[in-house]
Amino acid sequence: MDLNLTAEELAFRDELRSWLASHVPKDWDAWREKPIEESFPYLRSWQRKLQEGRWAAVSWPKEYGGRSATLMQQAIFWEEMARVEAPPMANSLGLGLIGPTIIACGTEAQKKRYIPKILSAEEIWCQGFSEPNAGSDLAGLQTEARLDGDHYIVNGQKVWTSYGWVGDWCELVVRTDATAAKHKGLTVLLVDMKSSGVEVHPLRQMTGESEFNELFFRDVRVPAENILGKVNDGWNVAMSTLMYERGSYGARLHLIFKRYITRLIELARTTDRNGRPAAKDPLIRQKLAQCSAEIEIMRFNQMRAFSRITATGVPGPEGSIQKIFWSELNQRLQQIAQEILGSYGQLLGGDPHAIDKGLWSYAYLRTRGNTIEAGTSEVQRNIIGHFVLGLPRSY
Amino acid sequence: MQFGLSESQEFLKDSARKFFAGECPSAEVRRLMETDTAYDADLWSKLTEQGYTGIIFPEEYGGVGLGKVELMLLMEEAGRALLPGPFFSTVVLAGSVLDAVATRAHKKQYLAPICRGEVRATVALVEDSANWDLKSIEMNATNGKLTGEKFFVPDATIADFLIVVARDGVFVVNSKARGLKISPMHGMDLTRKLCVVEFSDTPAEKIAVNSGLSRAFDIATAALAAELVGGMQRTLDITVEYAKTRKQFGKPIGMFQAVQHQCADMYLETESSRSAVYYAGWALEENSPDASTAVSIAKMYASDAARTVGNRGIQIHGGMGFTWENDVHLYYRRAKASETAFGDATFHRERIASTVIDSATISAKSA
Repeated sequence: MDLNLTAEELAFRDELRSWLASHVPKDWDAWREKPIEESFPYLRSWQRKLQEGRWAAVSWPKEYGGRSATLMQQAIFWEEMARVEAPPMANSLGLGLIGPTIIACGTEAQKKRYIPKILSAEEIWCQGFSEPNAGSDLAGLQTEARLDGDHYIVNGQKVWTSYGWVGDWCELVVRTDATAAKHKGLTVLLVDMKSSGVEVHPLRQMTGESEFNELFFRDVRVPAENILGKVNDGWNVAMSTLMYERGSYGARLHLIFKRYITRLIELARTTDRNGRPAAKDPLIRQKLAQCSAEIEIMRFNQMRAFSRITATGVPGPEGSIQKIFWSELNQRLQQIAQEILGSYGQLLGGDPHAIDKGLWSYAYLRTRGNTIEAGTSEVQRNIIGHFVLGLPRSY
Repeated sequence: MQFGLSESQEFLKDSARKFFAGECPSAEVRRLMETDTAYDADLWSKLTEQGYTGIIFPEEYGGVGLGKVELMLLMEEAGRALLPGPFFSTVVLAGSVLDAVATRAHKKQYLAPICRGEVRATVALVEDSANWDLKSIEMNATNGKLTGEKFFVPDATIADFLIVVARDGVFVVNSKARGLKISPMHGMDLTRKLCVVEFSDTPAEKIAVNSGLSRAFDIATAALAAELVGGMQRTLDITVEYAKTRKQFGKPIGMFQAVQHQCADMYLETESSRSAVYYAGWALEENSPDASTAVSIAKMYASDAARTVGNRGIQIHGGMGFTWENDVHLYYRRAKASETAFGDATFHRERIASTVIDSATISAKSA
C-alpha cells in the first residue's frame, strides 16, 4: 500500500497540469449557464483543443490517438480536469463509452471510419439502450432489426438518450432474433442518425430541462456492415460498454462533491438559523461532518477499486458499491443543503432572491435521478447480492 | 499510487486469519468469555510467538517494527475472530502510549516486557463523566500519589501495571500498589472486561507529560475501528451463508430482495469501513497532516456501520439471530462496546466538524 503518486504518475500529472494551465478556457463560467444548444460548438472546439494535445482520450491505446493511460492516470486526468473546472467534452459518450467499445469489438474498417471523428468531435455519438419497456431489464428490449438483403430494417423506440438531439451516430441495441432467449437475440448496430425514419424528440425531465431524448425508428435502413461485434452477440458488446460507464470517470466526483460541501459550509457560516449561524447548530454540524467524511470515504473506496482493477485487469461487480455510494451521498448532500438554506432552498434560478443562482434547488431535484440513471440502486444491490456475495438470483 | 495490500501485507493478514481460526475458534471465545478475565496464558504465549505482542514497536525493545497498516490488518483479523482478552489493552493501547511518550529507559522497563509477552497492561483514561476528550480529565497527582476513579478501563483485573492519564502527566501504577482497587463493570461485551479502578493515595511513577498522547490514542482508535471491520466481515459472512441455506416458502431466503439488498448494504458498509480504516493506518504511518481526521472518519463510520451491520445480520437470521447459540450477538455486543470507546460517532463527527467547519480554531482544539 502506497498512496503517494509514482514517478510516472507525477510526470503525467505535471505534464497535464502545465498543458491545462495554458489551454483551459477562461470564459467557461460565462458559457456554462447558456442552453447547451448554444454552448455546444464551444464544447466541440474545447475537445478539439484537447485532442491536439492528445488529451481527449487518455485511456485509449496510443495507436488510436490516446495515451494508453493506466487507470490511476485516468483518475488523475479527471481530477485535474475537475480541479481547473474545465468544460466537459462535446463527445463525452463517444470518448468514454462508445469509442472504447468500437476499439474492443469493431472491425479494422469500422475503427478507421469512426475513431478519428469521435476524437475530433466531428461526429457526436449517442447511445440507444433503454426503452419504455426495457429499463433495468435491458435484455427485454423490443426494438427490432430485420435483415433485408444487405440491410437491416429497424423499428422501435429508445428513451433516456443523452446527446440524441446533436447525435450524428448512435450505438443502438436491437433484437435480431425474437425466438432466442432474451439475452441471446440482441445485436449492436451503428446507426447514422441522419437516416430516413429516425426521429428525435426532447424528453422533459422533472428539473424542467431536457438533457435526454426519445428516439423513434420507423423502417430505418442500416447497412449490415454496421454491426458492431457479432450478430446476436449484442448483449456482450452492450455490457462491455456499460463496464466503461463505471470506470475512472468517477474520480472527478470527489472534487465536485468537495466543491459542493465547501460552498455549503460557507453558506452555513453566513446563514442564520434559529438566531445563530447554521454552522453553530450541532445537528447541522453533525450532518456536514458526516457528509465530508463520506466524500473522503468515496475517494478511498475508489482508490481501492482502481488498485484492484489494476491488479486483476477487469472491473468487477464491486463497481456497484461506487454507484450506490456516490448517488445516495449526493442526495444526502443536497438534503443538507436544503436544511441549511431553509425556505430559500426552493428558489429557482430565475428568482432574484435565489442562492447561487438556483444551483441548490436544481441540484436537489437533479440528484433524484442519480439513483436511477446508469443502473438503479436496486439493480446495483442485485448485482452485489448475486455476483459478489453469491446469493441466488432474485429475478 | 497503490491502495491495495503489498504481498507481505497480504501474507501477514492471511497468516493472522489462519492463526486466529486455529487458536481462537468460536468455542474458545465462548469458553473464555465466561471467565473473569477472558485471558488465557497459553493463547498469550502463542500470540507472542507470532510476534503480535510487539508488532509495531521498535526492534530495540523486542518488537517487530511493522507499520500502522500492518497493525490495522492484524486487528481486523483479531476482530474477525473476536479475540478475547487483553490484547487490545496491553499491546495496542498501553504499548502505543509507551511508544509515543516514554523515555528510552521506561520503554526498556515497560514496553519491552510487553513485546516479550511477559506482562499484561492497560490504560486508565476516562472518568465518571465517560468523556473521551483528554481535556475532560480531572485526576491530578499529589506528591507522586493518585487519588480518584477511572472508569471503563479495559482488562484492568488481569493487568500487571496500569498507565494512568492524569491532568499533570502520564503515570505507571503497579497493579499491586497500595490503595488500588479494581472492580469489574458488567458490560455487554463479554470478551473484553471493563473495570472501575479506584486510587486512594496510590503511589504512581510519572513517566511523561501529556503531549504526544493524542497520537497514541489515534493509533488505538484506528485499531479499534479495524477490529470492527473484522467483526463486520464475520457477521456478513455468517449472514450470507445463512441466507443461502435457510429456506422459507420453498426458497433460500437470500433469494428475496428484501433480504438480499440488506446483505448488499452490509457489504457496502463493511467495505467502506475497511477503506476508511486502511487509509487511516496509512495516514498514521506517513504522519500525514490529515491523520487525526482520517482516524475520526474511520472510527465514526465504522462505529455506525458495525451497529447497522449487526442489526441487519440479526434481522436476517430471524428467530435464530435472537438466540444465545448464534455468534452474531457476540459481535454485536463487541460492536456496542467499541462504538463508544475512544469516542462514538457523534464525538468524532464533532471532531471532524471542528476541522472542516471551524478550521480557524483547529489548533486550539487539537487534544
